[in-house]
Amino acid sequence: MFRAILSVVSRSTSGSAVVATGLRKRYGDVVALDGLDIDVPEGSVLGLLGPNGAGKTTAVSILATLLRPDAGSATIAGADLVTEPHQVRSRIGLSGQFAAVDEVLTGRENLVMIARLYRLSRLAAAQRADELLDRFSLADAADRQVKTYSGGMRRRLDLACALVAAPPVLFLDEPTTGLDPRSRVELWDVIRELVATGSTLLLTTQYLEEADQLADRIMVIDHGRAIAEGTPDQLKAQLGSERLELVVVDAAQLANARTVVQEQLKAVHHNDIEVRESSRTLLAPLDGGADALAEVISHLRRAGVGIAEIGLRRPTLDDVFLTLTGHTTTDTDTSTEAAA
Amino acid sequence: MTSITDTLSDIGVIAHRNIIKLTRVPEVLVFVLLSPIMFVLLFGYVFGNSINVPGTSYREFLIAGIFAQTVVFGSTFTGTGIADDMQKGIISRFRSLPMSRAAVLAGRTISDVIYNLLSIIIMSITGLLVGWRIRTSIGDALIGFALLLAFAYALSWVMAYVALLVPSVEVINNATFMVIFPLTFIANTFVPSNDLPGPLKAFAEWNPVSAVTQAARQRFGNLPDGLAEQQTWALRHPAIYTLLWVALIIAIFAPLSVRRYSRAGRR
Repeated sequence: MFRAILSVVSRSTSGSAVVATGLRKRYGDVVALDGLDIDVPEGSVLGLLGPNGAGKTTAVSILATLLRPDAGSATIAGADLVTEPHQVRSRIGLSGQFAAVDEVLTGRENLVMIARLYRLSRLAAAQRADELLDRFSLADAADRQVKTYSGGMRRRLDLACALVAAPPVLFLDEPTTGLDPRSRVELWDVIRELVATGSTLLLTTQYLEEADQLADRIMVIDHGRAIAEGTPDQLKAQLGSERLELVVVDAAQLANARTVVQEQLKAVHHNDIEVRESSRTLLAPLDGGADALAEVISHLRRAGVGIAEIGLRRPTLDDVFLTLTGHTTTDTDTSTEAAA
Repeated sequence: MTSITDTLSDIGVIAHRNIIKLTRVPEVLVFVLLSPIMFVLLFGYVFGNSINVPGTSYREFLIAGIFAQTVVFGSTFTGTGIADDMQKGIISRFRSLPMSRAAVLAGRTISDVIYNLLSIIIMSITGLLVGWRIRTSIGDALIGFALLLAFAYALSWVMAYVALLVPSVEVINNATFMVIFPLTFIANTFVPSNDLPGPLKAFAEWNPVSAVTQAARQRFGNLPDGLAEQQTWALRHPAIYTLLWVALIIAIFAPLSVRRYSRAGRR
């Protein structure tokens, strides 16, 4: 018991860039954050993963001093969130869906303005803007108004604005939401380069793949609470690395199919089989790739189950949710609406 | 937390940004340049021939009223500017920076003085072309302009507060229309308040818009002799009364707005 407390204390004082404990926030009847604890070691990337309305943006807004928590405390790069918000602001960079760039200004003007607000001299601000424009491949578009930029360029500029003061801690709120797949991959590369330079990053996303690509650790949140935390590998091991998707010819054979599939699964996954009568579908986490799939198929044949469709796919956020909470992300939305 | 020089530097950066925007949004320039010209010409020629003001020409009487109306409406620009920045997330960006908490609002209200100053220059030129004359000295005229700008500056803080409470450009435009239109019309802006019916006359004679109009008229030498003597204390001492309002409004709304800005969170 004592040792546990000691280890928590030592962890939070040595080498953590962001430590938050018991963050709570409610808007009227809606609880946005319900006692969230966050710990991001220096130089690492934490992915905050959850569906819309899970509390991700609220968490980032609080950590970036935009919102005051109802309860809880946090330290960002050594500065206390509640008592030293000004120091916190000088040590963070914020980029994302709610902190925007000015679209009437040019890319360069945006960067110079931010640099000047960080109190860089005119000359230093201009130099910093040039550096960032180069680094984010925006030099050609530097003197064009931002409203002429593509979605990907805008996000890169937004990210550049967050980096003007080279802050030790970065918050990125859904950095690629709404981007086309190519721009998303480009932005991932940019973020990876950042991480390589040693920045501490807290990133929120709705996409498991994004968290998987970028984060050292992932925290899954739902209804303002952490429901799982671990490295991407740990989470995937918990999920089963891939999902079996089976559609049977006759819904009456679903129970039969379930028994067959269950025998092929590891014991830990036995309760994770999902059966959807209406679409004659069975879903289950399956390890072992194509070999395991072939095995399942031959067992199903032997048991006389007619297969309409069968395949393997990578787990999605929906699967994470289903496994962790017993409901899908869409269910989350409905239940929130029902409660509101 | 933030030193005075840092705060001033922040205010300068924000004001500079707003002025850059002013030059890039053509609608705004049209509004600054054309609508004052239109008002001077419309009122001057449409009403000018049917309204008589004893002791002076109507067009000369009218100009200060149009100045006052235009700068008062100009304060709406502060509100819509802040509402727009709130909606687009730019205020959130500023709030995440280690900059002065007052700078965004102070920079905005100051750049809007420049906007109003532009309007006044355009209107003055138009006025001079249609027969308006300053019958006092340049110094007096400058004091008249300064009073108009000071009053508009104070109203900008009211609009800033409203925009922080209700960050919607549409709502602000509608609300200001409902409030500012009567405020600038139930006044001595377009007709002498003496001619208004009872309750309207009482309102008009204590309306600060009347006072700032009267003060400007006096300083330009466009106020007919003896008109002020029959009126309320407010209109006999229009400059003092205007400055009292300016001080009162800023003392209330500047701190309120800055406090609101510091807390203006979005989810």
